[in-house]
Amino acid sequence: MSPDGWFRRRSKAAGKAARKHLDALPDGLWTKCPKCGEILFSKELEKNLKVCNKCGYHFKLRAAERLAITVDAGSFVEMDTNLVTINPLGFPEYESKLEKGRATTGLSESMVTGQATINGIPIVIGVADFAFIGGSMGSVYGEKVARAFEYARENKLPVIMINASGGARMFEGLISLMQMPKTAAAVGKFNESGGLYISVLTDPTTAGVLASFAMLGDIIIAEPDALIGFTGQRVAAQAQVVKVPPDFQRAEFQFEHGMVDMIVHRRDMKETLAKLLTISHNGGTHGI
Amino acid sequence: MVFNVLDFEKPLAELEANIAELKRISEAEGVDRSKEIAELEEHRDRLARQIFSNLSPWDKTLTARHPNRPYTLDYIRAIFDDFIELHGDRLFADDKAIVGGFAFFEGKPLMVVGHQKGRDLKERQLRNFGSAKPEGYRKALRLMKMAEKFGLPIISFVDTPAADCSVGSEERGISEAIARNMMEMAMLKVPIIVVVIGEGGSGGAIGLGVGNRVLMLEHSIYSVIPPEGCAAIIWRDPSRGPEAAEALKLTAQHALEYGLIDEIIPEPLGGAHRNYEQATANVRDAIMRHLVSLARLSPAELVEDRCSKFARMGIFSTTDKIESRSETVKS
Repeated sequence: MSPDGWFRRRSKAAGKAARKHLDALPDGLWTKCPKCGEILFSKELEKNLKVCNKCGYHFKLRAAERLAITVDAGSFVEMDTNLVTINPLGFPEYESKLEKGRATTGLSESMVTGQATINGIPIVIGVADFAFIGGSMGSVYGEKVARAFEYARENKLPVIMINASGGARMFEGLISLMQMPKTAAAVGKFNESGGLYISVLTDPTTAGVLASFAMLGDIIIAEPDALIGFTGQRVAAQAQVVKVPPDFQRAEFQFEHGMVDMIVHRRDMKETLAKLLTISHNGGTHGI
Repeated sequence: MVFNVLDFEKPLAELEANIAELKRISEAEGVDRSKEIAELEEHRDRLARQIFSNLSPWDKTLTARHPNRPYTLDYIRAIFDDFIELHGDRLFADDKAIVGGFAFFEGKPLMVVGHQKGRDLKERQLRNFGSAKPEGYRKALRLMKMAEKFGLPIISFVDTPAADCSVGSEERGISEAIARNMMEMAMLKVPIIVVVIGEGGSGGAIGLGVGNRVLMLEHSIYSVIPPEGCAAIIWRDPSRGPEAAEALKLTAQHALEYGLIDEIIPEPLGGAHRNYEQATANVRDAIMRHLVSLARLSPAELVEDRCSKFARMGIFSTTDKIESRSETVKS
């Protein structure tokens, strides 16, 4: 064995020990990048819009974090806050999942909708929070999305949907599946009025949400490396999908196959949205 | 009928075999056994009624997937005249998991589309077990747009385990295809009647499932996820499908209760697979009735009827009162 091998082994072990040491540090001071394993100073990570400065991994954002980096400060006014999710089927353990989601996120549901401005341009915006039962779409989610498009249609405003969802909410059975045609029909009616709809696909956007209003944007933007696909991976495994390419269902894969218009880094997202909004803001039928 | 007998059907199948045997013997021996046969037949009907009025959601799942059940082409042949099948999405391929074309109903032309499963191994592969790819949904959309152009009503038969989830389908945009079909179907200016004849398998089903009327056969199912898939996610154990079927409430009776479909079409005694003639006749009657009632609506009213119907779907409460099938409140 060469001495070189000795040293490498030692340094690997030292790294492991150091990481263990870091894990033992007070919570929240350090964050480990789930992709490259780099230990990141949390304050730096926040400043970097939660993007790993080593590998460019885009951390999942909470709805409030996403709003904060997307719309003008103080401009967001939430809509339809009075809608409350119930357990229509009496599905086992649904209530406890809802409680956990509420406790974790401080939100009443996985979809937050409202009015806001981006660089002064008024919009209707919807933001999903993946930490709330995997950002899944049930009755309240679907109702909020449908009402957002309806409101935008009536008030001649553009719509931005920032998606992060595992799909339809199984616990609401067929009722959740019907949120797909419900939201798709809402986009259809909105389109008749000539409004601009931008859909942003973040990690992950899959199944029932992707296969409904999320894929119906006039413009579809993805964040780098986001998981974007029709079949959830556990279900795909059950269906025995074989020979899956390495970047299967990633933003880059979807871009390569013509499913998204552009992949935009988080730091450029707001400016990209603002630029696109000026198209309808100045020249379209929507906006002033 | 020796093959393809579900467990709960076995006593019924045995009795049916006995009756057939008795008929054969009495014919061969020239002895009149009609009284005996009539008694057995009465017994059979009682048994069938008893079994099929108490099917669990899992039994219904198996019935909806029954390999002898009538499929889309069986209904098309029995209900319509001169079906002219059309092929291809003009973009990539012709997906055999979805069929469609012009047909005539009471002498009048209409457009019919639907998922198609296969009977034998070879046909099942050709039809991809009724799991459609993007090109299938795009073919259906092409045909439905053509129906709109000619002012023809559309009949859509739903019978699929799920949409195809292969790499190729992902590459060609299965999500986009299903999303677009739902949006376009919502906005079409002609009447659309959807009939779930067997399996209403999640996104694969709803991609052909947006209609002014959505009808389900008595023992068909409609679900956001296959029960086995649901069990795999919740308990990491696909074999617990029967429990998941129970929890998902995937029967036609539940769908009606939650206001998600308009009507249940009764099946003949012992299920659609025991009597094609009666099953197709019942579907035919329902289609006729709803075509007549939809004929009164103008193109704009048809769109409004469809959009508002789906807009009402959802069960939740508000901080002020419990709402079932909520009404749109202006914010």
